Amino acid sequence: MTSELDIFVGNTTLIDEDVYRLWLDGYSVGDAVALRVRSGILEQTGATAAVLQSDTMDHYRTFHMLERLLHAPPKLLHQLIYQIPPSRQALLIERYYAFDEAFVREVLGKKLSKGTKKDLDDISTKTGITLKSCRRQFDNFKRVFKVVEEMRGSLVDNIQQHFLLSDRLARDYAAIVFFANNRFETGKKKLQYLSFGDFAFCAELMIQNWTLGAVGEAPTDPDSQVDDMDMDLDKEFLQDLKELKVLVADKDLLDLHKSLVCTALRGKLGVFSEMEANFKNLSRGLVNVATKLTHNKDVRDLFVDLVEKFVEPCRSDHWPLSDVRLFLNQYSASVHSLDGFRHQALWDRYMGTLRGCLLRLYHD
Amino acid sequence: MPGKLKVKIVAGRHLPVMDRASDLTDAFVEVKFGNTTFKTDVYPKSLNPQWNSEWFKFEVDDEDLQDEPLQITVLDHDTYSANDAIGKVYIDIDPLLYSEAATVISGWFPIYDTIHGIRGEINVVVKVDLFNDLNRFRQSSCGVKFFCTTSIPKCYRAVIIHGFVEELVVNEDPEYQWIDRIRTPRASNEARQRLISLMSGELQRKIGLKVLEMRGNAVVGYLQCFDLEGESGLVVRAIGTACTLDKLSSPAAFLPACNSPSKEMKEIPFNEDPNPNTHSSGPSTPLKNQTYSFSPSKSYSRQSSSSDTDLSLTPKTAPYPQGPRIYLCPSSPSLSCGSLHLKKSCLLLSESSLPPHHSSLVSPVLRKSVSFSEELFLAASGMGSGSAGKEGGPFKALLRQQTQSALEQREFPFFTLTAFPPGFLVHVGGVVSARSVKLLDRIHNPDEPETRDAWWAEIRQEIKSHAKALGCHAVVGYSESTSICEEVCILSASGTAAVLNPRFLQDGTVEGCLEQRLEENLPAGCGFCHIPYDELNMPFPAHLTYCYNCRKQKVPDVLFTTIDLPTDATVIGKGCLIQARLCRLKKKAQAEANATAISNLLPFMEYEVHTQLMNKLKLKGMNALFGLRIQITVGENMLMGLASATGVYLAALPTPGGIQIAGKTPNDGSYEQHISHMQKKINDTIAKNKELYEINPPEISEEIIGSPIPEPRQRSRLLRSQSESSDEVTELDLSHGKKDAFVLEIDDTDAMEDVHSLLTDVPPPSGFYSCNTEIMPGINNWTSEIQMFTSVRVIRLSSLNLTNQALNKNFNDLCENLLKSLYFKLRSMIPCCLCHVNFTVSLPEDELIQVTVTAVAITFDKNQALQTTKAHVEKSLQRASTDNEELLQFPLELCSDSLPSHPFPPAKAVTVEKTSPMGEGNFRNRSAAPCANSTVGVVKMTPLSFIPGAKITKYLGIINMFFIRETTSLREEGGVSGFLHAFIAEVFAMVRAHVAALGGNAVVSYIMKQCVFMENPNKNQAQCLINVSGDAVVFARESELEVVSTQQPAANCQPACTGGEVTT
Repeated sequence: MTSELDIFVGNTTLIDEDVYRLWLDGYSVGDAVALRVRSGILEQTGATAAVLQSDTMDHYRTFHMLERLLHAPPKLLHQLIYQIPPSRQALLIERYYAFDEAFVREVLGKKLSKGTKKDLDDISTKTGITLKSCRRQFDNFKRVFKVVEEMRGSLVDNIQQHFLLSDRLARDYAAIVFFANNRFETGKKKLQYLSFGDFAFCAELMIQNWTLGAVGEAPTDPDSQVDDMDMDLDKEFLQDLKELKVLVADKDLLDLHKSLVCTALRGKLGVFSEMEANFKNLSRGLVNVATKLTHNKDVRDLFVDLVEKFVEPCRSDHWPLSDVRLFLNQYSASVHSLDGFRHQALWDRYMGTLRGCLLRLYHD
Repeated sequence: MPGKLKVKIVAGRHLPVMDRASDLTDAFVEVKFGNTTFKTDVYPKSLNPQWNSEWFKFEVDDEDLQDEPLQITVLDHDTYSANDAIGKVYIDIDPLLYSEAATVISGWFPIYDTIHGIRGEINVVVKVDLFNDLNRFRQSSCGVKFFCTTSIPKCYRAVIIHGFVEELVVNEDPEYQWIDRIRTPRASNEARQRLISLMSGELQRKIGLKVLEMRGNAVVGYLQCFDLEGESGLVVRAIGTACTLDKLSSPAAFLPACNSPSKEMKEIPFNEDPNPNTHSSGPSTPLKNQTYSFSPSKSYSRQSSSSDTDLSLTPKTAPYPQGPRIYLCPSSPSLSCGSLHLKKSCLLLSESSLPPHHSSLVSPVLRKSVSFSEELFLAASGMGSGSAGKEGGPFKALLRQQTQSALEQREFPFFTLTAFPPGFLVHVGGVVSARSVKLLDRIHNPDEPETRDAWWAEIRQEIKSHAKALGCHAVVGYSESTSICEEVCILSASGTAAVLNPRFLQDGTVEGCLEQRLEENLPAGCGFCHIPYDELNMPFPAHLTYCYNCRKQKVPDVLFTTIDLPTDATVIGKGCLIQARLCRLKKKAQAEANATAISNLLPFMEYEVHTQLMNKLKLKGMNALFGLRIQITVGENMLMGLASATGVYLAALPTPGGIQIAGKTPNDGSYEQHISHMQKKINDTIAKNKELYEINPPEISEEIIGSPIPEPRQRSRLLRSQSESSDEVTELDLSHGKKDAFVLEIDDTDAMEDVHSLLTDVPPPSGFYSCNTEIMPGINNWTSEIQMFTSVRVIRLSSLNLTNQALNKNFNDLCENLLKSLYFKLRSMIPCCLCHVNFTVSLPEDELIQVTVTAVAITFDKNQALQTTKAHVEKSLQRASTDNEELLQFPLELCSDSLPSHPFPPAKAVTVEKTSPMGEGNFRNRSAAPCANSTVGVVKMTPLSFIPGAKITKYLGIINMFFIRETTSLREEGGVSGFLHAFIAEVFAMVRAHVAALGGNAVVSYIMKQCVFMENPNKNQAQCLINVSGDAVVFARESELEVVSTQQPAANCQPACTGGEVTT
């Protein structure tokens, strides 16, 4: 006796959260059944393995059918085929678009192309996440990217509107899309210590300050849609950054800057001597990063450069985070006192974001 | 031109991409009604077209309005080649034709294609302007309301219940026409869908006409079915109950969740009874309760275990002299001698070889009648319904006459209702059923469907005569069904013989005073159990006792019915789903040989099914079955029998005896040991079941220990022998003595198997109950969370050389596993009850068995004190004390035993539900979720006639839909399971969309009447036909209506569910 056909269709579509998780994690029906057996569900309910198998199959089939709708979440809300309570719909969507930290770190900043998709095998082996789950996550990134790529307006809002994600998740996706679009390098060995959260934080700052969408507007005013693009860095801004070169190229200016900073921080910094010794190197590093951003290649290496030129030197001298903060604050503020320097606004736009990023990046 | 139909096509959404190049679609819409077609403009390059068309107006006869569906076809415009169809929507405009229902149909309908399924949605508005037409010869029956619900719809009052209406129409099946060879599967499917839609419209119109003729205004319990006879055609038939309904202006607070027996119970002093003496002799007719015919108690008391029944299957002798007949089983000697005491009559086995009547079968139509009813003994022995009239009291006779006169005008005094207004049902006789095996032949003239009509007429006649033989003048809970395999067709009909109160049948024929007396005469809660026949003229050794409730009248020891539990019935404990399952192999054969083989098997199957039911009932410690439905399915090489019913313990009936096992070889020590082991197991099971279902009838609670088997019986016997004054006393006693313990003889492995299979039925996990009736006796605190579902399973039998046992086991496992899966899936709803569990078996191919289950899971609140039960206890107390005085004449022994135990232990009533194992409804909060931004309104679906915790405010019309789905890429659609899963989900969606468009928010009395699934995996193809129906309604939460219900705290205690009805 074999079961040819075995289905259960409810007027309200039954969603089992545990099975959904197993499905999302990419387990086969067999593995999922084994995992459920291990969870002790048979003892709790007095069910048999066959019942569990049938139940799991059924849920998997439902999820498989829902998957098409989950690719465009508003469809899930408006479709008539599956009657699902709104709370459950939200849960389905949110879980479907959730991703693994380990996975996102592997693909963050990579081009969401077929080529990367081919590497999913390796990522799967490396992270221990099933290939199926990797594919889903990758496809999610790519799908969101494709949809919002050409859209105007706030990136987060667009994602939220088209994928009905929670605010938190929409922000994460905005970071992923932003990174993918600008192809920031995140995979280098020296960047391995950084979490997705670190990058997402930086991405948000950069989106708010360095993109076209950020020009001339308060971030709270999303209505005025003057070529509001959140995806790309403001080319003009990057071009302008060349002007900052003078801060390190002009020796007088550099010395003046250093003395201003040193005067202000003397006695307040535990690592004052190291700072004093390293000031010119650090400042050159930070300003050079700015001036190079006109080249795509250097934009991609932004994080590598920041870590190499700033984080690592500080770390090797054992700067505490509080000292880094004091230094960066003073370093940015002192520029305002440099009479010969005309690009104060540009400097603030650059350094304000960079300071935030560096502070976030500065940890072990 | 009595009607103008107006249609507006507003917009489409989620359309499929029809043009690969642009990834867009150039959609337009054709609107067709009858022979008129309108088209919208092409809305280019969009998947969400906004047509916003003008109003398309069709001026049509109301006859057409009733018959024709509105056809909406969405197409993709193609400049160079033929336009591609995207899909269709059929809209039945019938609900717009009666004034009280919907006034407009407006909403999003899924666009359906028989090959691709749902492809986007279309927004349509439909209106009808109807001009009054007083033409007396009109062919339309606009205005007659149809209800699938098998009780009087909640917001109506029955003025008169007229009775049975039936009709059938036949046609050629488009799938079998020559043209089908050259047209596409899509065209063929659509032709079929359209034809069936037309036919059901026509059928409904014709039924409506009959109702108008009867001066009714509604059909209740409308059941329409399709017989796909293949080559020989397509039959659409319907039955229903014509009524005159009045809309309740201020509907009485109805209690959907509380069908408790205590409700409205009238306390009648019994000494006011006008005719105390008539009671002992019982009502008038010598009828025979069908239950008895199944009651194997008697047979078992004799030694041979196999099929020694004097009461099984007697063919009818005279009534149908026309046409060749085969007597299915040898008639018993008792029949000829007319003896009423068939002590040791015939053994079927002894004469099991059939007399060679086959030669006489020349007619193409093989007519076989399996009248599974012992009452025929009665009829044969010359006890007409009249003979006993004198013995009844004058009042009874009067009642009888009037009812009869009311009913005799009718050709068939049948009622498809399963629940009745209070007082309608006077007595219930028992189940009557008839089956007939037919050979299908081509329907030559579709306009004259006489053969099919005649077939059904015969069956109905038979049912009628069975009921008459039982002395009952009506049949309630009546239904008809067919099972077709190749050219053989089994027609079945069954119902419950009953005596009805004439008050509802005819207007104003009964004077008020009579009515009153009648009502007083009916002891509440047990009246319907009282035998409607005269015990003195019983042709069989039945086991009557005085009603345990009123002590006035006789009741049988078990009662089988096809109806729902009457609301006023007094039930002890809870009920449970009881199923008998049976398979019989049969040789493959052609035509008549096949029909003969089937006919030969039928009686044995019926007998065994009933034996199984009886055994399982006893095992549950219960004494009555409600909602009994026996389905016999015919396949190429086997027959399947599946009986489902809800077992309950009726307080009025005696405590059932236990089951005793007897071995055939008493000298074998180990065997003996085995037997006693089994006996112990059985006793344990009974005890466990009694606990599980809270069956604590008075007697049992007295004697806490002790075997549950024979003792109580002895008392009841005593009671009887004391009270009876007839000559039969000794004989009856004899049989009782043996009957006390219900003996199962184990003389071979078969019997052993049977006993084993009895014990393999696992009770549902704690926190779960199940029944196939509307509501579960003993549970009345439903919460509003309901989940309707359909589950389908198909198994392939592994070996070709199957034995009956292996087959039985497979089938049994299939059903049990299916139930287990349901319990598991719905575990988050605990404590909950599966209601209206409806199993359907079909045999689509040689080795395939398909089981389809539709049911609704309803949660209930186990913490709510069962106040109604308490009230009921008080009533019983009173009653008991009333009875006490009357019973003083009985021996003290009896009184001391049974009476003090009458009151329920009140503590028990409160602590009844301590069962749920897994968390106290952890998931309950699901229903409290905020209804945020969903644009799709929730539509509930339920096979029940009500929605717990809500009130139906309006009936919008009948939903009757037929869909075909076909695929040529089965693997790609997820195999058979994926294909069918998606299809059923789509059917639900289309039903919901239609209801929502009518302005409704629920479907009640929903039923999936057909789910025909065919596959051809080698060709990667599958096809499925589904037919569903129900009543579209508007309901409102009771709390929204601000019904301050004191009787029903359960309904109001769930504020969480009232706001966001997100679950269904």
